[in-house]
Amino acid sequence: MCTYQTEMLELSGSGKGADGWFPVTKATVYFDHPVHAPAEHTLNVDLLNPGRGAAARVAMELDPAAARRLATTILAVLDSAPAAVLAASQPSAQ
Amino acid sequence: MSDAMRAETVHVRGHGGDEIEAYLAQPLDDARHGGVVVIHHMPGYDEATKEITRKFAAHGYLAICPNLYSREAPGASPDDAAAAARANGGVPDDRLVGDVAGAVAALKELPGSNGKVATIGYCSGGRQSFLAACSLPLDAAVDCYGAFVVGTPPEGMPLKVGPIVHLTKDLSCPLLGLFGAEDKFPSPEQVAELEVALRDNGKSFEFHTYEGAGHAFFAPDRPSYRPEAANEGWARIWDFFGRYLAS
Repeated sequence: MCTYQTEMLELSGSGKGADGWFPVTKATVYFDHPVHAPAEHTLNVDLLNPGRGAAARVAMELDPAAARRLATTILAVLDSAPAAVLAASQPSAQ
Repeated sequence: MSDAMRAETVHVRGHGGDEIEAYLAQPLDDARHGGVVVIHHMPGYDEATKEITRKFAAHGYLAICPNLYSREAPGASPDDAAAAARANGGVPDDRLVGDVAGAVAALKELPGSNGKVATIGYCSGGRQSFLAACSLPLDAAVDCYGAFVVGTPPEGMPLKVGPIVHLTKDLSCPLLGLFGAEDKFPSPEQVAELEVALRDNGKSFEFHTYEGAGHAFFAPDRPSYRPEAANEGWARIWDFFGRYLAS
């Protein structure tokens, strides 16, 4: 099935795509058909910069369990980082 | 019949007069042929969809697949274009109808056209094939497991997709529906609901649901491929188009 469900968020950072590094401004997260992964559905994340064209994209297609492990690990790493370093790393603090 | 064909990228006038990219495949002989507009799935105007387009030409049809993501991502690879289209909220229904109308007109202008044209679509394209057939004068339409013809999409869904079963009264042509019994979108219950709407409106249709098959059973490059269902489905398509697109 096509789930069509797509979450979108604004963000900041950098990603490395087919043409090298670029600033990332937006992400989409969806559970739908993969292009490459050998599964009927995967958790897909696209880090995008629409202003730089469709090829400015870092794509991931993860099996659902792997996606949860990745999400949990990201949160755990952020939680264990020193609060002062985290606060200084917010875009508004730069 | 000669088996020679020509397949190439062309440009047609789509919705709002926009020039959009399309993939055209046509038999190379002097006969008149029916036309088929192939509506690609949500992953885009990709290699697999172009192969389907050539398959129709190999079976004696003029076939064209408009790139529904031409505007979002001109010249981009199909997967990047599909991601960009998704991030933009998908293809609006009115734009889809305009793009298919342009593709239909392009087919009818070909010297080899017999004047008859059908649509076929897979996945999200199945819904769009039904939408086109309810919006344009066509000779036949095929819906391969299109979701959200009936049924309510998940709440908060940002894509511009809603149920269109209320358009059934405007269906302009016979409809062939091919579905998997294990599909969730559309579920067998949703397929049954569409059948009721078609019957209530006195429309000509035939539906086939294949056991052991789920969504995307036609796609040989995906794990969802079910050869038995796909082979039977193709036989239904050739029979259906043979009846409604013949000169």
